[in-house]
Amino acid sequence: MKQVYLDNQSNTKLDKKVFDAMIPFFTDYYGNPQSIYSLGAASKDVLDLARIQVANFINADAKEIIFTSCATESNNLIIKGIAESLKNKGKHIIVSVIEHFSILNPLKRLQKEGFEITYLSVDSKGNVNADELKNSLRKDTILVSIQHSNTEVGTIQDIKKLVDIVKSVKVNDFIVFHTDAVSSCGCLPIDVKDLNVDALTFSSSVMYGPKGAAALYVKRGVRLVPQIEGGVQENSQRSGTENIPAIVGFGKACEIAKSEQSVNTQKIKELRDKLINELPKKIEYIYLNGALENRSPCNVNFSIEFVEGEALFLLLDAKGIMAASGSACANKNLKLSHVLTAMNVDVAIGQGSIVFTLSKYNTQEDIDYVLEEFPKIVSKLREMSPLYSYFLQTGKRKEAGPGTDFEHAHDHCHISED
Amino acid sequence: MAFYSGKVMDHFANPRNVGQIENADGIGEVGNPVCGDMMTFYIKVKDNKIDDVKFKTFGCGAAIAVSSMVSEMAKGKTIEEVMNMTNEDVAKELGGLPPNKMHCSNLGADALHKAIENYKSKQGK
Repeated sequence: MKQVYLDNQSNTKLDKKVFDAMIPFFTDYYGNPQSIYSLGAASKDVLDLARIQVANFINADAKEIIFTSCATESNNLIIKGIAESLKNKGKHIIVSVIEHFSILNPLKRLQKEGFEITYLSVDSKGNVNADELKNSLRKDTILVSIQHSNTEVGTIQDIKKLVDIVKSVKVNDFIVFHTDAVSSCGCLPIDVKDLNVDALTFSSSVMYGPKGAAALYVKRGVRLVPQIEGGVQENSQRSGTENIPAIVGFGKACEIAKSEQSVNTQKIKELRDKLINELPKKIEYIYLNGALENRSPCNVNFSIEFVEGEALFLLLDAKGIMAASGSACANKNLKLSHVLTAMNVDVAIGQGSIVFTLSKYNTQEDIDYVLEEFPKIVSKLREMSPLYSYFLQTGKRKEAGPGTDFEHAHDHCHISED
Repeated sequence: MAFYSGKVMDHFANPRNVGQIENADGIGEVGNPVCGDMMTFYIKVKDNKIDDVKFKTFGCGAAIAVSSMVSEMAKGKTIEEVMNMTNEDVAKELGGLPPNKMHCSNLGADALHKAIENYKSKQGK
């Protein structure tokens, strides 16, 4: 059966060139880079090279890169590391409400420990409001963390402008601006000097590199308290034996991205636009989630009314198409995704969310296949949907979705057809 | 191991008894306020037995599979037998459900029971 992988924000396929670069470091060059004999020195050399490749990709200095095991670790390190480092100067942190859980959950703990967190709202397209950020800044604000683009709905924030605001208001001289750029680094050019951020997270596994390697860029002069303590690795900021094969792969993935990303991104964007333009021609009552102009080139997120997202992606899977959903039924906690909730998407509509995220390996044929199969799946599920038959019979919409009080449910009109 | 059993996937991908019954003897509609799934069951009763049953469901794979299985289990059974049918029976027939999907099985039998209550209330009139 044809296989079309469209969940690339979850994980990308490893580039064969990356894999080839990694192979010698499993069985031939297995020395610990901290050992000074020749086998160790060989590992040290490739560790240094990878650090340069990774730094070059975001226009940073190699000394400003801390290798970690995954983006979750990088995000934990910046949040907890800055909180601990600056707690005597302030205990106020600002983030957007649509951050990844590896930002939001560490903050829950900090909140219990006495830190105050301001959660910036987003508009219906997922944009952070610059004025709200400005008004939230305080003398005791130690950290602002706002993602570069959103994994689920693809909205790209104007980080440069948001950093400008924070730096020009100058509430204090220690405030740190961090951006989680995991969703962007696979498909957008990222330049830390241009963005003027103090810290940035990105990960190998969504940019055609292996799992097990990620980075935290920390601008020279910014001090954080290490969260994993032990030996002297990563300048004692993150101890633990370096995962050399994964780091070598990450370096190679960054080198490849630097040279071919702009060409790939153009192609991916064309495929994305085909899906965004063609699906509404084939499916009625379908709504794009997220921004249109400032949207990640790899993200397509639609809500399909009258059907549920898990049912959609299971039937897609049966046709070899792999996608994701933000519906409550697709989430282990049975809640509509926090991103759609923050964007004020109606719960009944949000239940029908389907997310396609593209990569450089997707083709026109892949997209044509989705355009052919997906509308049939929607029809099949709508044929068995009581919400759809009620709508066809009465022209009215029944309430449904997480949190609905079915005992007292009534018709409601929640769609603004813009 | 796959998230859902083969039996669940079969009932989900090829659901039995989808549809509506015109002039049904009983209609039952229930929704789950947590996840927001909704089911409507339609029944025809003849000689105290479920002569025909159809359903429509808005929900995930488990919710659709449960509806399909409930409809199949109910057909030909007496009103009393169907009223004694539990959510556990349905989940068991499906070869089990993932723990966070067990709540979906509650909806199926409930909707069917509600259709029978609706039928009974009409009879009482």
